[in-house]
This record gives sequence, C-alpha cells and structure tokens, in this order.
Amino acid sequence: MNDYIIKVENLVKKFGDLVAVDDISFTVARGEIFGFLGPNGAGKSTTINILCTLSKPTSGRATIDGFDVVRQHSQVRQSIGLVFQDPSLDERLSGLQNLYFHAMVYSVPASVREQRIRQVLKMVELWDRRNHQVRTYSGGMKRRLEIARGLLHYPKVLFLDEPTLGLDPQTRNRIWEYILELRRREGTTIFLTTHYMDEVENADRIAIIDHGKLVAIDTPEGLKKIVGKDIISVKTDDDDKAAEQIRLCYQMEARHDSNGLTFEIANGEEFLPTFIREFGTKILSVSLRRPSLDDVFLKLTGREIREEEVSDVFRAMLHQHSRRRRR
Amino acid sequence: MNNLRGVYIIWYRDLLRFWHDKMRMIGSLIFPLLFLFVFGSGLSGRMGFLVPGVDFAQFMFPGIIGMTVLMGSFSAGISVVWDRELGFLKEVLVAPISRASVAMGKTLGAATVALLQGIAILIFAPLIGVSLSVWTVLALLPLMFLLAASMGSLGILLAARIRSMEAFTAVMQLLMFPMVFLSGAFFPLQGLPGWMNILVKINPATYGVAPIRQVILGATPDSPFGITLLGHTMSLWENVAVLALFGAAMTIMAMWSFGNQE
Repeated sequence: MNDYIIKVENLVKKFGDLVAVDDISFTVARGEIFGFLGPNGAGKSTTINILCTLSKPTSGRATIDGFDVVRQHSQVRQSIGLVFQDPSLDERLSGLQNLYFHAMVYSVPASVREQRIRQVLKMVELWDRRNHQVRTYSGGMKRRLEIARGLLHYPKVLFLDEPTLGLDPQTRNRIWEYILELRRREGTTIFLTTHYMDEVENADRIAIIDHGKLVAIDTPEGLKKIVGKDIISVKTDDDDKAAEQIRLCYQMEARHDSNGLTFEIANGEEFLPTFIREFGTKILSVSLRRPSLDDVFLKLTGREIREEEVSDVFRAMLHQHSRRRRR
Repeated sequence: MNNLRGVYIIWYRDLLRFWHDKMRMIGSLIFPLLFLFVFGSGLSGRMGFLVPGVDFAQFMFPGIIGMTVLMGSFSAGISVVWDRELGFLKEVLVAPISRASVAMGKTLGAATVALLQGIAILIFAPLIGVSLSVWTVLALLPLMFLLAASMGSLGILLAARIRSMEAFTAVMQLLMFPMVFLSGAFFPLQGLPGWMNILVKINPATYGVAPIRQVILGATPDSPFGITLLGHTMSLWENVAVLALFGAAMTIMAMWSFGNQE
C-alpha cells in the first residue's frame, strides 16, 4: 500500500493544436478531500476524464491505487466512483433499478447486494421513493441518487464533478453531510470540483488549474497566504477625499466598490485602531476580513469563480451582442 | 464472468425499458398491422393467388414478420444515441466491464425486443388464413432471432459512430426502408428489373426474409420463395449461412467500434 492513492506525472492531453492539459503533476493522499478548481476550459474536465479512463492522455501517466489509468482501466474503474456534472441516470427506471444495474456492472456480490442498496438509499433518504421512476424525482433527489450509486461498490476514490451545482443550500448541506460522513466511516478519498468556494473550505488541499497548468496546490489556509494581506473596507461621508488621503498617508490605491473603499494591508488588526484614530475624513463604517478563496482564485486566474457560472454560450452571445451594438 | 454479468444486465435493462413503455409496444405493431391488413387485404382480392393456395396477404405475411423484426432491431440502436444524449451511456462506459460486452448486451437486447414484436405479429396468422403448427413456430424463432441480431448489431454499430439524434434518424431512414422494400418482403423475387434484382441480392435482409417465408409457406425447390443467385437456387440453410455471416461481421464491428469510444 502506498500513501498516495492518485499519482499524476507529467500529464499532457492535446486535441489537435490545442493543449488542454499541459504537463501537470500532483498526488492525492489516501483519505484526502482534494479540491480541483479552475475556470471553464482550464483543463479540469479533461483531467478528470483521463483519471476515470474516459479519455487517454497524449503523454505522461496517472495511477489510481497503483493501477495505470490506460493499461489497467478495468481495475481503475472498479476502484472509483463517479458523480458527473451532468445527470447520468436512466430516468425510465426506478431508483432501485438504477442501483441494481450499477451493482451488477460493478460486481457487487449477490449476498450483500440488497443490503447495500438499502443502506445507500437510506443514507440519502430515498428509500421511500425507491420504486418510483427517476423522472419523477426532483433535481436534488436525482443528485442524491447519483451519490448513492457512486458509493454502492465502496470505491476507494469518489470523483465528484460539481456535485451540488444548481441545488438549493439545504440540499447542498445535506449532500456535504453524506460526503463527510462517508470519509469518516470508509476513509474514502474524495476528488472534487465545484464552483462554490465555501464548499472547498471542506477540502484538505486544493489545486487550481488554469490554461492547462497547475498554478497552485496547497491547503486552503496556505492558499490564502498567497493573497497574504487582510482586506479592509471603509465607508466615509466623502469617498473621493478619503481615497486621496489613503494614497497620501499610506501610499495605497483604494478601490471603489459597492462597499465604499477597499484596500489590502498586512496585519490589519494592528493597523485598524491607528487608522481610525488618525484618519481625517469621517468614517461611517469599517470592516476587516481575511482573504477568502474567492480572492485567491481571482488573484491566480484573473477571473472571479462566480463569473464562471455564466455558461460559455451565454457569454459568447453577450459578446456578439455588445459587438453589434458598438458598430 | 464480470463481462457475462454485464451482458446480462444491459440486456435486462433493455427488456425492462420495453416493458415499462407500453406505448412503444403497441406503437411498434401498428405499422406492420396496417401493412398486413390494409395493403394485404386490399390487394389480395384483385391479385388472386400468387402461387396455388397462397394469396397476396398470405404471401406478404412472412415478409411483414421480417419487416417487423428488422425495423424493431435496427431502430433499437437509437437507444444508444439516447443514452449518450441523456448521460446514461457515461455510467455504462466507466463501468468495469469490457466495451465489447456492452455492445453484445445492447445487440441482444435489441434482438430480443424485436423478436417479441415479431411474435406479436405471428399471433395474427389465423386472421389471414395462415396456419402455423407448433413446430413451424419453433423453427421460426431462431430464424427471426438471427435476423434481429444481425440488424440489431448494424444499428448498434451505427449508433456507436453517430452522435446526434437527427443524424441517426436520417441514416436509419436512408438504410432501413430500402432494406425493407428491397428484401422481397412485399413481392416475389422472380422477374424483377435488372437493377432491382442486383439490389435485392446484395441486401442482407433478403436472406433473412426468404427463410422465414420458406418455413411458413413451405420450401419446395421450385417454389418462388427461394433466392436464385447466379443460376443457383439457395437452400434455406444457405440463406441462413449468408445472414449469419453478415450478422457475425456486424457484431464484431459493433464490439470493436464500442471499444474505441471516448
């Protein structure tokens, strides 16, 4: 047994001239919750597809639990569970039938099949609806069923690609309870992509990928140190004057935003009392916050992760629209 | 062992879906029955006997069986395209079973569903004066299944390559209807125009329809139900051999094609 359940070495994937994944290497420890973030088109899905044997790398190699994802794809497939970004259930079958299908293709022994199906369905609270066709389920129920299915064969690694996208906060919390419970009980390694930054706070480590390259890999705390400074927002009765004053006194450019003025400074807690005492313009309110993972993502990729929720198509449409108007 | 279980569960799912979908079950029978009763009965009176003792509806009956089985199995390929569109194919493709067994399971599923549809048409035999003994039916089942499996694997092969619903439907219409119409399902194979004769003889479905007719209506060496190829009248077994060869080739290609899916 080695300590790293996922090993990726110099992985490259090209589609013609396009380099989707550009020589990335990383490892994931057994039992870790590993967050994998990046803007759309950064190479996230391509990497996941290679790891779960749906696509072959151009060069480099990857192993899961010691099995090569190209040469030993059967063993890899047996070792992993997947919850895809897009639904992958048979809506015409019942929840129970979907799980039965999965148990059969993953060779869950007949002696424990029924008991395990009951166990996972009860865990995601779908036992009462087990005989209903999946098309009658709500979005959250389908997601829960997919998570139950992903766990049915006791995978060593569970890949969750946007597991809570488009779900309400209550359902999201519930799903996270299952995931954390599962890690506690089974020691399952979890490989996660998500757009919700508060969710990656649950991760032990986070990798950020942009333009096919890994730009950072660290614990959430470690990543926040990249931004380093604390963020201070201040509201005054004359923001323009206050900005001028900040520039003169502290040699800093304050940004105007919806909260008034925002600037970054190291050791914000020590700075704040002096600032309030000495500042000339009348302060209406002031707040200090630690850098969030949103700030980290923005700093590393130049984009806010929330922007990414607007689909590429929609953005392209907007782009065209604005171009046409400009003419 | 895993792969066998995979074949079984994929086949089972197709049957389950067919069972759930009562409309499809009824819908798949409407077209052949319209053909049989409207077309067949309409023309029988005018045309009289094609062969002593066999009127047009009776002549067409085995052809309708062949058509039902052919269309039922061929069009089942669409379920692969559906599964791709709705995401379920991903669940199948990342499962630890070989892709070949996925193709095999789909082919068998398509063939079984089409066989059931064919059997449903068989039930109407007495209404048009075709009498079937138990032995005839028992002989028909493997012939129908062979035709269904051959055409089913052709459909699966196409579905492995074609991504969009629209494209699959278009290709299906383009191939399926000519195959049905040029299979000798609706007319005797003798005295056809030269071009048509060639198309009929290279159409694999012809070799599926002829044995079904030979079993239902009797196969004397000089009956008009056989296929004459280069002056040689093919026996029932020779027809079966041609179809089986075609079916085996399609199945291997479908299995191979599925293996290369990304």
